[in-house]
Amino acid sequence: MPKVYLDYAATTYIDPRILQKMRPYLTTGFGNASSLYSLGRQAKTAIEKARIDVAKILGALPEEIIFTGSGTESVNLAISGIAKKYKNQGNHIIISKIEHKAVLESAKKLKKEGFTITYLSVDSKGIVNLKELKKALNKKTILVSIMYANNETGTIQPIKEISQIVKKFRKHNLLPAFHTDACQAAGALNLKINNLGADLLTLNGSKIYGPKGTGCLYINKNYKIEPLIVGGTQEMGLRAGTENTALIVGFAEALRLAEKLRKESQRLKNLRNYFIKKILKNVPYSRLNGHAQKRLPNNVNLSFKGIEGEALVLKLDQRGIAASTGSACTSSELTPSHVLLALGLPEDLAHGSLRMTLGRKTTKKDLNYVLKILPKTVAELRRISAL
Amino acid sequence: MKKRKIKSKKSDVVGRGQSWLYSKIVKDHFFHPRNVLADEANYQFDAKGTSGNPICGDVMTLWLKIDKKNQKIKECKWRTYGCASAIAATSMLSVMLTEKGGTSVKKALSIKPAQIIRRLGGLPAIKFHCTVLGLSALKTAINDYYKKQSSK
Repeated sequence: MPKVYLDYAATTYIDPRILQKMRPYLTTGFGNASSLYSLGRQAKTAIEKARIDVAKILGALPEEIIFTGSGTESVNLAISGIAKKYKNQGNHIIISKIEHKAVLESAKKLKKEGFTITYLSVDSKGIVNLKELKKALNKKTILVSIMYANNETGTIQPIKEISQIVKKFRKHNLLPAFHTDACQAAGALNLKINNLGADLLTLNGSKIYGPKGTGCLYINKNYKIEPLIVGGTQEMGLRAGTENTALIVGFAEALRLAEKLRKESQRLKNLRNYFIKKILKNVPYSRLNGHAQKRLPNNVNLSFKGIEGEALVLKLDQRGIAASTGSACTSSELTPSHVLLALGLPEDLAHGSLRMTLGRKTTKKDLNYVLKILPKTVAELRRISAL
Repeated sequence: MKKRKIKSKKSDVVGRGQSWLYSKIVKDHFFHPRNVLADEANYQFDAKGTSGNPICGDVMTLWLKIDKKNQKIKECKWRTYGCASAIAATSMLSVMLTEKGGTSVKKALSIKPAQIIRRLGGLPAIKFHCTVLGLSALKTAINDYYKKQSSK
């Protein structure tokens, strides 16, 4: 583990309390939840308890919760599941330009199958343009998918307003359905379905101190979706395959703990504000990307003029700091972060971006270490920079 | 066999999956770049060339000192805006141009990307263009040199 881990938005370690709850189902409680005998019933009971726990947190019904293998899978299931089920009623889907790749690629795939996609733009702080949403909605729109909080900039979208716009438009009809990707929101923001007004909602476990390979999709009981994986009748026929009891139990426990520890958000917010203020002061030609207030409590995303993000990340790594960048050099494409470009950042500033995301183990001491290292690392790269 | 060497993936800058590992030499040149130009204002040079575009995330500038008698590159200083492999590739190019008493201008023009990649102990395929960019800056610099020579 690096000296200072600041990539909690990428993934977290598993909280030992969660691992503890998972352990029995990895060893003695290995039964198949579909089996009739007690070992199987024991697994089934654990899964159904997890479902009830998750439903309670969301203010939903247990039968509205589907456990999946990741946030990405949940998003795929939501988008393609709705699109395929309701394709006879319309072929138009609205998403934003700053969605996670899981959403963008799902939409792209549907486009190839004949669907029309509208990409909503965002303002310079990363907030989705609601006027465009109102304009884009039409009789053929069957789905709107907008993320709750952005994974790169941490910008929080006005989900309630968005769902109200969708509901006002559809009146008493079922469509368009509204899905929100809330993977980054758990633990930091309100997840009550009633409050958000979402018809479908995606969560995952690996960002909330739970195990990787876990996710869930909330689907309002009025909607039907087409499954991605067919076979047995597990997960109400929406995700075939023997359930991974340990992962499901771990996911539910992670969500339960994240909700219980919501006050941690205030601590992170204070640390974040301190950190941002100090960096902007100590590093010349630096800027904050995203919204200063409407952002996740743990997200810091900055750009440094004249340097490139991958080089910065690798230099920080050598000094024991783990962070990430929206530079093109971290991907197989040559364009930098689609999110930062959508905010209107010039390419070079998008290449020079650094995302640091705080978490439960982050201390002020950690941040002070980064505050000592970061200005000099940026300066070193600027000294050899041709710009 | 040589081709395989170019694609060598054994390295440890950071583990991002197979095609993303840098060689030890790349790592060394990234963390300890050779021949960086420190003080541009007070540097006397015979030629200068820039290549790349900040939009693409790579810009390289080379400054050359050339021995008029034998047309050999005596000094090659540089600065690069770009990722680790772009920095390492420019650093390696500056070493190649100045080692063993200096490369002749004519020979310098015939250096191929694959030679730099080989000297770096390999690069991931999507980073090959980093070496192309350095050579393009070199060509611009040499053109600059010829222009200056002919105008003298």
